[in-house]
Amino acid sequence: MAGNPQAEEAVIQLAGPLVTEAEERVSLASNWQLIWWRFRKHRLALASCAVLIVFYAVVLFPDFFGTQHPEITDARMAFIPAQRLDFFDGWRPRMSTPAVVGERNPVTLRMEWRIDGTKRVPIRLFARGYRYKVLGLFETDVHLLGTGSSAQGRVYLLGTDRMGRDQWSRLMHGTRTSMTVGLIAVTLSMILGALLGGISGYFGGWSDLVIQRLIELLQSLPTIPIWLAMTAALPQDWPPQKVFFAITVILAFIGWTTLGREVRGRFLSLREEDFVLAAELAGCSRFRIITRHMLPAVASHIIAASTLAIPVMIISETSLSYLGLGIRPPAISWGVLLQEAQNIQTVANAPWLLIPGLFVILAVLAFNLVGDGLRDAADPYGY
Amino acid sequence: MLRVVVQRLLLLPALLLVFSILVFLLVQAPPGDFLTSYVSMLAATGSSVDLAQVEALKRQFGLDQPIYIQYVRWMESLLKGDLGLSLEYQRPNRELIGELLLLTVLLALISFVFTWLVAIPAGIYSATHPRSFLDYALAVLNYVGVATPNFLLALVLMWLAFSHFGISITGLFSPEYVQAPWSLARFGDLLKHIWLPVIILGIAGTARLTRIMRANLLDELNKPYVVTARAKGLSEWRLVLKYPVRIALNPLVSTIGWYLPQLFSGSLIVATVMNLPNIGPLLLRALISQDMYLAGSILLIYCFLTIVGTLISDVLLAWADPRIRMEG
Repeated sequence: MAGNPQAEEAVIQLAGPLVTEAEERVSLASNWQLIWWRFRKHRLALASCAVLIVFYAVVLFPDFFGTQHPEITDARMAFIPAQRLDFFDGWRPRMSTPAVVGERNPVTLRMEWRIDGTKRVPIRLFARGYRYKVLGLFETDVHLLGTGSSAQGRVYLLGTDRMGRDQWSRLMHGTRTSMTVGLIAVTLSMILGALLGGISGYFGGWSDLVIQRLIELLQSLPTIPIWLAMTAALPQDWPPQKVFFAITVILAFIGWTTLGREVRGRFLSLREEDFVLAAELAGCSRFRIITRHMLPAVASHIIAASTLAIPVMIISETSLSYLGLGIRPPAISWGVLLQEAQNIQTVANAPWLLIPGLFVILAVLAFNLVGDGLRDAADPYGY
Repeated sequence: MLRVVVQRLLLLPALLLVFSILVFLLVQAPPGDFLTSYVSMLAATGSSVDLAQVEALKRQFGLDQPIYIQYVRWMESLLKGDLGLSLEYQRPNRELIGELLLLTVLLALISFVFTWLVAIPAGIYSATHPRSFLDYALAVLNYVGVATPNFLLALVLMWLAFSHFGISITGLFSPEYVQAPWSLARFGDLLKHIWLPVIILGIAGTARLTRIMRANLLDELNKPYVVTARAKGLSEWRLVLKYPVRIALNPLVSTIGWYLPQLFSGSLIVATVMNLPNIGPLLLRALISQDMYLAGSILLIYCFLTIVGTLISDVLLAWADPRIRMEG
């Protein structure tokens, strides 16, 4: 080995360009590419991303994932327990749920459901069911899961509530409302926060003073009581869509302050950077400097901060609706669904009514993990 | 130091004035007032409505006056220490709020102490034993703790207690003590009941503070002065507690500013679910029945508690961190 210096030199020459190529890849990569490379290393955040994608698929097509119309009531079918979904019949892959039969208890007069071991309800993929509109564009009757025909009986994957409504299908529609409230409220507060925070940080002076005092004022308000008072002020006779919109605006109204502070801080430090001075000397207008040069530089931070703000909005909406001052029935949200579980006696008899709570936890967890991953990745040149 | 406190104290009345206007507009905002809903309720139940009596009530509460006069009258009585009369209960608001306010503040403060007592040791352990089993377990617990809404946790615990032990864990007192005057026995009874609401209310904050403490301490533990102290032969225990923990606590002090107010107003939801004697459920009831002066008074109390919470945090921060004291 030592007797062959030429070979060693060759190895060094080979290794040289290889290293620089990898370095070059990093130095040529765009900001977003670097962020993606760093984000990718967070396994949990990536997995949470997948969970969120499933959630938003439900948001887009709730009827497709549901098995029954969410509003169909049937008093005789009240409080059916959640059912197990079997994927195999013996060795053959065939989905089915056990059939349930109800008997009225002669003493308590309550329906008591038990599993009928002899019968099974077959479940098919892409079965036909009730008709619905996809994204308001065209009609179809295909659902992900279903029994196919009504003669086969109905399927209650997560049981029914006191009015015999199918909880699984209602949960799909509740997911749509709750996830959209979070998203819209955060988008609104992001716009407001980026705009006012940006103005405050870039211009400084009296506009900074006014906006800072406003933020301080709003931040020293007791959030939950003020939210309650505002939602209680909404007229009782408003249609569900209007209430939905009002709730998101109310949530955003207080939520933007944190984002505003964050953007202001970033703008203050960016203002001193050389590239802003260069843009100014090149004769760019203020509007162009803010939108073309400064906003892209803080965009990743804004996105990370907003991702972490969404779960707060979701928990707030759920809590407000649970107290009866948020989204109101007939609209369905996670909080509205959990309202069914207000009475502890009811919960003891029908614990499956708490299942929507698991969805809340899962969604909030996923958003928090993705947000943490984004925040760590947001500053690729950091260290 | 003194200047910071005085400055803040001077700001307090100004802030409260702004908030009082905001609060008044909020409780005024719903269309109609208490009397219209009261009259329609009477009509719905079939009772006869005495118009003369309605007019008398209207005059008594000043509902026939323009809005700014109503506000001025409200402020006047507030400054005299009179919180007004509840329209629904026909009792002075002061009487209604009195003891509930005490219990609300007590619940928040005990929750606060619980949070710090748990979060700091947990954070220190996680930071000094990173990637250990307990560290991971605490991390999972923290994520779930932050992700679970208060009311859901309360609901699940109440359900478990009811279905497994057949007890209903609502309220803060045993039945025989609910109306009793304060005594040592009553206080003991309170302590027997309050621990569960305290944990439910404090769990999310505990999770968050543990993570902050862990991150702060991990940063500190890598610094050269820690290595120096270790090289000089200081025992690991004294080394960690004497220097890095004290520095890592500083950022934690600054969280009091948002955490304490959050406990005051956050107890509203837990109290409603668990049926606790608290000003939260009273506010909820008042808002729904449009009992505006009661709702307004409680909202103002919440504002006051929030500002005081921030004030306490500012003072503590100035006391704990000399750098801030110098600037002030």
